[in-house]
Amino acid sequence: MESIFPALYILAAAGFILAIKWMNSPLTARRGVFVGEIGMLLAVVGTLLRHEVVNYEWILIAFFIGTAIGVPIAYLMPMTAVPQRTAFSHACGALAAALIGTAEYFRHTPHGFAMGALVVETLLGFLTFTASLMACGKLQEILPTRPITYKGQNFVNLGIFGLAAVIGAALVASPESTWLFPIFAILSLVFGVLLIVPIGGADMPTVIALLNSYAGLSASAMGFVLDNKLLIVAGALDGSSGFILAVIMCRAMNRSFSNVLFGAFGTIQTSTKKTVERPVRSASPEEAAEILDAARTVLVIPGYGMAVAQAQHKLREMFDVLSRRGVDVRFAIHPVAGRMPGHMNVLLAEADVPYDKLFEMDEINSEFPRADVALVIGANDVVNPAAKTDKNSPIAGMPILNAHEARTVMVIKRSMNPGFAGIDNDLYYMEKTLMLFGDAKSFVSNIVKELNTALAPAR
Amino acid sequence: MSSYEVAIWVFMLAAFLGFELIRRVSPLLHTPLMSLTNAISAIAVVGAILITGEKEASTLTRTLGFIAVVASTTNVVSGYLITDRMLKMFKKRNTEPRLSGSGMHQ
Repeated sequence: MESIFPALYILAAAGFILAIKWMNSPLTARRGVFVGEIGMLLAVVGTLLRHEVVNYEWILIAFFIGTAIGVPIAYLMPMTAVPQRTAFSHACGALAAALIGTAEYFRHTPHGFAMGALVVETLLGFLTFTASLMACGKLQEILPTRPITYKGQNFVNLGIFGLAAVIGAALVASPESTWLFPIFAILSLVFGVLLIVPIGGADMPTVIALLNSYAGLSASAMGFVLDNKLLIVAGALDGSSGFILAVIMCRAMNRSFSNVLFGAFGTIQTSTKKTVERPVRSASPEEAAEILDAARTVLVIPGYGMAVAQAQHKLREMFDVLSRRGVDVRFAIHPVAGRMPGHMNVLLAEADVPYDKLFEMDEINSEFPRADVALVIGANDVVNPAAKTDKNSPIAGMPILNAHEARTVMVIKRSMNPGFAGIDNDLYYMEKTLMLFGDAKSFVSNIVKELNTALAPAR
Repeated sequence: MSSYEVAIWVFMLAAFLGFELIRRVSPLLHTPLMSLTNAISAIAVVGAILITGEKEASTLTRTLGFIAVVASTTNVVSGYLITDRMLKMFKKRNTEPRLSGSGMHQ
């Protein structure tokens, strides 16, 4: 009977691997979730049946509470809040790893290699816990979303991290010094908070991916402590997933990876260049509707502003009307648009935009010169041509969507305030650019109204 | 080989496997991917169960284990359910259900 448990764990690991493999296509992705669920079920059953586990009542109560929290989160959370939910679940995962590490320390006080793994587990666990809660708070806008920086910040942060690492090393050298453990835990918790303080909203995609990686690595380290291969595999999969996503996000912002690892992100200096009042052309919904209706190809570039204004459903109506009138409408999605990797895709999919109309940057960038209209909605820095032309720009070298190459550019924007990086966007002042001032949702809905009523029903 | 050596081998191979698998995931699905891997890393529930269910667990370790089971169960449940909820929304329009998608459970 005992020999069946390793088999269950191996099957569970296979399930997790297949789950991720099947995520490579929307056609197989739900099957992936299903095998992932089976894998988790096998792992839990395999663990509950182990002879060491004798007390079930607390476990069952905890299952019940966890389910009671998890189900409403999964079904009631609006899709715009997915980044917060993700950050929150990183916090839960990291907390679990950290607490298990702590319990294991007071239970067995491991030595040598296992103690080293335990220190890594708890360090990553505690710091990811508070860092993720901070990220969640910033995303939910309970905490200020602007980066908060002060002089010597990196020094303080690295100092605290260094101190935690030294105490961790001391714990590995003499695991019996139990008094060191609470200090170690508190320093890790504090470091997690400080890590996120200087992070601004636009950097959240990288940070969330990185926290994802840390949470996974923490679970993997737990596998080393408990000598459990399933934990090692599942944690390593999660760790590498978060790591790759963080790298992709970094590349999409042309930031070095070390920049992220040392937590120095969000410290983009705001350009000191004085913004001179320059003339812009603006247009009304009627004019915008006419131009869109006359276009053959329209490329829509959504950004976080679309999510804030909840404009995705109106945008889909516009997509429907224009498609019916023979206009080819596609969506161009920058990797860092939104607050987490893939954020825009989920919002547009929720609004029923078919996913074969959503294109990533590399696929669509060559299409802009042929496009009649590039419609920018709630995006800013990701379409700023300064990234290509101005070497001194804070976003120099960042890959952008080439909206400026389209025949006409339309930008829906509340006002002329510069975006996150505080950089003026030359795109707005181009001859062919029309600024559509207003709330994204109501502006798009006015365009739809125009298309439906004022214009001739068919071409 | 010591068991730690084996463990490090396992970790290395799993990490490289992860890299290869995740590089193939389309950016279209990066959000559901992240919530799926997050649910998978809630495998920490295994460690939490072992600590909570142990015979001679002290009040301290049982309490810590209990919180850990709650936290990771929350992750398992909300992670898988919300991933599936997101994936259900990804549809191609104006196309008949494709045969290659027949393996999907609806």
